[in-house]
Amino acid sequence: MPKTLFDKIWNNHIVNTVEGGTAVLYIDRHFIHEVTSPQAFDGLASRNIPVFRTAQTIATADHNVPTENQHLPISEPLSKFQVDKLIENCDKYGVSLYGLGHPYQGIVHVIGPELGITQPGMTIVCGDSHTSTHGAFGCIAFGIGTSQVEQVLASQCLLQLKPKQMRINVEGKLHQGVTAKDVILYIISKLTTSGGTGYFVEYAGSTIRDLSMEGRMTVCNMSIEMGAKGGLIAPDEKTFDYMNGKKYAPKDAAFDQAVSYWKTLPSDEDASFDVEFTFQASDIMPMVTYGTNPGMGMGVRQSIPQPMDPANRNSFDKSLAYMGLHAGESLLGKEIQHVFIGSCTNSRMEDLRLVADYVKGKQKAPHVKAMIVPGSKQVEAQVISEGLDLIFKEAGFDFREPGCSACLGMNEDKIPANEYCVSTSNRNFEGRQGPGARTILTSPLMAAAAAISGKIIDVSLD
Amino acid sequence: MEKFTLLQSTAVPLPNEDIDTDQIIPARFLKATTREGFGDNLFRDWRYHSDGSQKAEFILNNPIYKGAILVAGRNFGCGSSREHAAWAIADYGFKAVVSSFFADIFKGNALNNSLLPVTVSDNFLNKIFEAIENDPNAGIEINLENQSISISNSSEVAYFEMDPYKKICLLNGYDDIDFLLSQKTIINNFEENNRYPFNPIN
Repeated sequence: MPKTLFDKIWNNHIVNTVEGGTAVLYIDRHFIHEVTSPQAFDGLASRNIPVFRTAQTIATADHNVPTENQHLPISEPLSKFQVDKLIENCDKYGVSLYGLGHPYQGIVHVIGPELGITQPGMTIVCGDSHTSTHGAFGCIAFGIGTSQVEQVLASQCLLQLKPKQMRINVEGKLHQGVTAKDVILYIISKLTTSGGTGYFVEYAGSTIRDLSMEGRMTVCNMSIEMGAKGGLIAPDEKTFDYMNGKKYAPKDAAFDQAVSYWKTLPSDEDASFDVEFTFQASDIMPMVTYGTNPGMGMGVRQSIPQPMDPANRNSFDKSLAYMGLHAGESLLGKEIQHVFIGSCTNSRMEDLRLVADYVKGKQKAPHVKAMIVPGSKQVEAQVISEGLDLIFKEAGFDFREPGCSACLGMNEDKIPANEYCVSTSNRNFEGRQGPGARTILTSPLMAAAAAISGKIIDVSLD
Repeated sequence: MEKFTLLQSTAVPLPNEDIDTDQIIPARFLKATTREGFGDNLFRDWRYHSDGSQKAEFILNNPIYKGAILVAGRNFGCGSSREHAAWAIADYGFKAVVSSFFADIFKGNALNNSLLPVTVSDNFLNKIFEAIENDPNAGIEINLENQSISISNSSEVAYFEMDPYKKICLLNGYDDIDFLLSQKTIINNFEENNRYPFNPIN
């Protein structure tokens, strides 16, 4: 029977099957961070059991760290306590930690791929919903809760029901100024914030194949924003080239052996999916969101739609009221106060090079506060070695140290109430970037353009 | 884990759709390193003004509505994987959440904390909202063994789906981790037979 990429990886990881078809699924890589792991370690302690496979467990501090003065002790006491707890737990249980001060520290979904820890054909989990990012390499990668973090620490396995499968094809060449971020925001705007729930998504088609690995990560990253369990993309030559030479990737003969295995993974030609959608790249414009979930997005030249579904009317109105916007309004020319470039969605070298290229020799609008937070220490070092930090500073941007930062507003990097922030992150939920903050999700290019203009512009016409 | 068998209670209606876990428990309250106490900040920014005073219009601040069942609009629990959302709801005192659609990760987290997610049709969900609107003291009964949910003082009954494995866990109070620890020999054998590509990284 023809198999999908997902089927092949899934089948290779079934340890056992229990009541009702639930699988005991083996997990190859487990990333942990300071926010969703302490209660899991407490669980191990109360049962007096060790971490089962320390070598497959990788820790970093990212969600709750400051993005300034990381060489100094964390000043916020609760954050310091939480980050110290991670250090203590990793030390006690023998888990490798890329913590603050380590040259590999960074956002968990940035460091996994850049270190070659993430590899095609693997199962990867983390107590973070954007774990789907790793699917860009042809992995089954998904976010889990803390009870499941504890289960993986204890047994390197999870109990899982096989999800349904969806394929989303995007075909053709993207317009000038349209990026991977616009592709995924477009898909979510079509399928809604719950349209993928219950499914694992394979992204396919020529547009997806033409994306860089960074672009593919951006697409897979936001799978959860349509409710999908995860998203993945077939590994190809681009994937193998990216893997080659990465620190923890297989080397020499082992690499060749790995590549020949990875080449067997793509979905068989006649494999079938529970549901399939096809979109045309030519229909995709630079995207902006106007509401309080990532499904509420539109092309930047479009106007906010009227509520379609009467049952959803109250939620729609509440959302627009929160954003200070109304149906029928265009966001073109909308004045904004903040720009945040960062997060596991868009904080990699390709994103920051694109931003630097756009802002070089320009000045941000005087009323805008613009912040760039690199995804990792390695990205930060590369930015500096290419002199991009100087370009950012000259343009009036604040270039910070790595972390999740204003994506989720856990540390000091928050947006004040009622102010608009054009953000390259993944969620525009109420209060996500700070109580009362109004988030407009865009690509890094659109965010850079908004910082310079002080308002939303169509970067494809710029 | 606590057992779940039968629950009879009044319910609190929250008909908003797409309630995400950032609303249930905002990220700035995720700095705690234990599982307790999150109920104080459940729906924090819907429940309180920034000065800490209550928002009178929010349903949890209305003394007419109380009970161990939260009834919410479709796509409840979308967004972040934070289990703190399930902990906050349970810590506040809810034992079950009823909606016409749940986000996957939230549903899993709730089940791992004996907080029963009950999925009903949009139609039945509206009947519950109507019943509570007509009488805030309307009772709801959730029977896990029969996988049924009924509205008291009416003949309205619906049956909900349930993963058979998780049903056994909830009825008996079993944790997944107990089961997984019992699988160690099989897991070891699996690893022996599947050395590649699961090579450890260090």
